[in-house]
Amino acid sequence: MAKTREMEDSMSRLNRIKPQTNFIFNIIFIFCAAICIIPVFFVFMISISSEESIRMNGYQFIPETFSLESYQFLFKEGEMILQALGVSVFVAVVGTIIGLALTSTMGYVLSRSSYKLNGFLSMVVFIPMIFNGGMIASYVVNTQMLHLKDTVWALILPLCVSSFNVVICRTFFKTNIPDSVIESAQIDGASQFKIFTRIALPLSKPMLATIALFLTFGYWNDWFQSSLYITNTKLFSLQALLDHVQRNIEMMAKNPAMGLTMQQYINNMPKEGARMAMAIIIIIPIACTYPFFQKYFISGLTVGAVKG
Amino acid sequence: MAKEKKKRIRRSWTKNDVELTLLALPTTVWYLLFCFLPMFGLIIAFKNYRAVGGKSFLYNVLHSEWAGFKNFEFLIKSNDLFVILRNTILYNLVFIVLGLVLSVGMAIMISLLHSRRKSKVYQTLMFFPYFMSWVVVAYFVDAFLNVDNGMVNTMLRNGGSDPVQWYMTPEVWPFILIFMYIWKNTGYNMVIYLSSISGIDSTLYEAAVVDGANKRQQVWYITLPCLKNVIIMMFILNIGKIFYSDFGLFFQISQGAKGSIFNAVATIDTYVYNALQSNTPIGMTSAVTFFQSVACCITILLANALVKKIDKDSAII
Repeated sequence: MAKTREMEDSMSRLNRIKPQTNFIFNIIFIFCAAICIIPVFFVFMISISSEESIRMNGYQFIPETFSLESYQFLFKEGEMILQALGVSVFVAVVGTIIGLALTSTMGYVLSRSSYKLNGFLSMVVFIPMIFNGGMIASYVVNTQMLHLKDTVWALILPLCVSSFNVVICRTFFKTNIPDSVIESAQIDGASQFKIFTRIALPLSKPMLATIALFLTFGYWNDWFQSSLYITNTKLFSLQALLDHVQRNIEMMAKNPAMGLTMQQYINNMPKEGARMAMAIIIIIPIACTYPFFQKYFISGLTVGAVKG
Repeated sequence: MAKEKKKRIRRSWTKNDVELTLLALPTTVWYLLFCFLPMFGLIIAFKNYRAVGGKSFLYNVLHSEWAGFKNFEFLIKSNDLFVILRNTILYNLVFIVLGLVLSVGMAIMISLLHSRRKSKVYQTLMFFPYFMSWVVVAYFVDAFLNVDNGMVNTMLRNGGSDPVQWYMTPEVWPFILIFMYIWKNTGYNMVIYLSSISGIDSTLYEAAVVDGANKRQQVWYITLPCLKNVIIMMFILNIGKIFYSDFGLFFQISQGAKGSIFNAVATIDTYVYNALQSNTPIGMTSAVTFFQSVACCITILLANALVKKIDKDSAII
């Protein structure tokens, strides 16, 4: 065993690209990676610039004077951000749970080839992949029939199932849970619910984790549903808040300091810095967690690539 | 196959079937409400749709007047249709071609690097933009292009030239949008292709080395042919969405996709969204989405049929 590995190693060492080519490739990738990261760094530097220095010199990579006033301001006006954070977390958690439940049950049912309505339900899942009602029709149905406007469900329900995830789920169940296991469980008297919750789900944790991640990131990054359905600022998610703040950061100013009128307070707030600081606040949780989740995203995609 | 189906239909319901139906029921209801009702709602494109207060949506749809093709006529007469269609399709074509070449090229390059650790680091860093929402990315772009404080204008000022109102200059927008698309998606697509490259049987390469093939020949005759199926799948998926634009990209990055840069950045989706926010009659905008849905369905089926003709195993339907 060790010997074959050694052979393979020497083989691949022989079959390497030239050191010069390797060097050039490295330079190219360092350059690309830098392009991907620099904007975040730039926005961070703006967020810790003093408002004075922004006014004088515009946004700079290395500001003349540093200041934490933007973060202090946001901390002071934290109510709105905390509320938005609450909405974002609630939507992500509840949405992921509902989405997982709906996706996995459908995936399981479709994976049972002896099921009577299998063909019909497959069509139900498949047709939306190639044809859909579009933005207007969905908007009209959601607002006028389901009355989702200005409710938190408008952020959750429309996004919780995607046919793509259902197909991933079905393929996984089909290939990883043999019919014989299910048949023997049935002989032992287990109902389909029991088989689903006691056998199918525990055996498919990695796949469920992948779908949960897809859903959670989808919900966390969603601002479109908010911009369509939410007008009540109390129901803004973080992304929606950030979206609004781009147009008027003044809405954040609610608690003027002692001895200042509202107008003075608004005039003195760190407008530019505070906007960028909010962007940074949203990025941080993702930036800290995505390296750990990265591999699930890839595995999910390759599972889904199995022909439906 | 057909015979089997018939047999299945004749079979009577078992306890199993009932239980499975109950399991599938919630999701089926979801599909009915959020996918199939809007499909039915598409007929408002042919109606003079008016929302009457206190009545249900279905009642409104069924009781509003038929408008025939009036909504479509109106749409065709306005110049906007040509612009948004052109933008949507051209941008998507550039995205598909450029995105494919860049991400496959980079995936091959990164798979050839000597150091595994460095390759992991590059992947992680380049994957990062994929996890940002377009709202956040719009802030990044604003940091560079902002009229008063943006980095580019500051540099122009320091260099002695006049600052440019980037958000009002249509000529630069195709480049900005294409760059941002590539910036956000290439790392992700690269990693997808890379995962299929690492799935290629290494004995193929060993045999090639024994036969005296150099690295370039190996890429050309082994790696690329092995990637063919993934490339075709991604291609069909993207072609199927050619009438849909990445809404966030076009709307957020251009800060609204209207005004003087409308002709350069407006796509079907931004047009519909902006119409929905204004007082444009809903029938007219729904004519656009009707066209979009039908066109999209046809392109998917066509792309798939084409692929099926060329190579039967690669088709996805």
